[in-house]
Amino acid sequence: MKLEIKGLSKEFFLHQWVRKIEGFRDVSFAVDKGECFGIFGQSGSGKSSLIRCIYRTYIPTKGEIWYESREGKVNLATLPEYDVLKLRKEEIGYVSQFLRVVPRVSAVDVVAEPLIKRGLPVEEARAAASSLLERFLIPENLFDSYPSTFSGGELQRVNLARALITKFNLLLLDEPTASLDEGMKQIVTEMLREEKDRGATIICISHDASFLNALADRVGVMKGGRMVEILEEVP
Amino acid sequence: MDCDCLLRVVDMAKIFGDGCPYCLELTDDEHNICPRCGSIVGCAEISFEIMPNEILGIVGESGSGKSTILKTLYFDLEPTKGAAYLNCYEGDIFKANSQDKRWLRNFKIGMVYQNPEPGLVMDITAGGNIAEKLLAAGWRDVGKIRERASGLLKRMEIPVVRMDEITRNFSGGMQQRVQIAKALANNPEILLLDELTTGLDVSVQARILDLIKEIQRELNIAILLVTHDLGVIRLMAERTIVMRNGRIVEYGLTDQILEDPQHEYTQLLVNSEV
Repeated sequence: MKLEIKGLSKEFFLHQWVRKIEGFRDVSFAVDKGECFGIFGQSGSGKSSLIRCIYRTYIPTKGEIWYESREGKVNLATLPEYDVLKLRKEEIGYVSQFLRVVPRVSAVDVVAEPLIKRGLPVEEARAAASSLLERFLIPENLFDSYPSTFSGGELQRVNLARALITKFNLLLLDEPTASLDEGMKQIVTEMLREEKDRGATIICISHDASFLNALADRVGVMKGGRMVEILEEVP
Repeated sequence: MDCDCLLRVVDMAKIFGDGCPYCLELTDDEHNICPRCGSIVGCAEISFEIMPNEILGIVGESGSGKSTILKTLYFDLEPTKGAAYLNCYEGDIFKANSQDKRWLRNFKIGMVYQNPEPGLVMDITAGGNIAEKLLAAGWRDVGKIRERASGLLKRMEIPVVRMDEITRNFSGGMQQRVQIAKALANNPEILLLDELTTGLDVSVQARILDLIKEIQRELNIAILLVTHDLGVIRLMAERTIVMRNGRIVEYGLTDQILEDPQHEYTQLLVNSEV
């Protein structure tokens, strides 16, 4: 198994109000290499908290997250920060629901940045970024603009392009198609299928049953902070 | 050093005042004045590591001990307790003799002060400020010194025609950039940045932060970045230390600190951001 989650829970403690808030409780599932695991459920059911724990933006309260990295099996729940950063650079990508754009960086450079960080020559990285933006149907005259001026759908595509350019082994996607129209959704589905075909493992949150059915091999349904069932297909 | 980090600080403390054996025991992140002797604990129980090529953020309100850490690491202040190890130096740098400390300051550690005054000699030229640093490192050829100084100023986007103007005439943002150029003169391995952009207007702030990022990537340098501005931390640092009253209250991945803060004080800090 590429990723195996065992009894994972997340609880927030708000000191100011001396109050506990439950994110999700006792979630377990496993995902194989080249497999897409969908997560379906109402807002507030704990979906985003779950994948933020896997990315370690949140610190899990309990449980284990076993990930098969290039250098062996690690528990992401307790992995030292510096090792988490290394995995984020090389193996694990996260596409958030809300893109926080890097100020004063053009769209093509936002997408090229992960490649440049890995040591690819700047021109080569920008060329790869441009061709990926083209596939996402971003108009060429926007390549050199700042994404802060983009529409929601354009931003989401820039965000996805930035994650896909790196060829990550594990992709964590939070509502990747929320602001996209049907045609664009088709293109994204196709591109994510290609990621699976090259062996990437994907965990994808979505409200969109038809999108999940087209992409996911199995779907975990979340309700009230629990993963209540795991289905082959969303009804 | 038995880890692959660049700098390791172990249980460092700095007490201002006479101090007594109870200073550390009787103070914490709520109170930093020793009730027995009245000394102020500037920082205590400070331990952290910084990796090569990493930007580590230190955040906290004024008086939380952020600058004290930087000044101690740059030998401006003598620590009361603790040790620090740089991977290029054998043994605790705080115990180095004054000649070694001078060498570390000239070649290995660069410092940019919040206020340009201690970092720059205001009555000499911008070029002269950089030359001073190069001379201290043993450069003697005037032509080469001028070439290096103009190259650095140009990199920091200061017009070379102003190289021979006295530093006092420069704007605050330009003085900060001259300070950075000076700090980088001898290719240090670690750069200490103290509230680099505080008090500068937003567009100048942005330009300086962009420059720092570019330079960090170009020179593969490690940076310890002190600021009270969470926006700067979010933009620049991958890991962050949160300080309060001289103590570290929390440290972790920057996105975790900002989105899932654990300590009461960090939660307050994050929720207070405008």
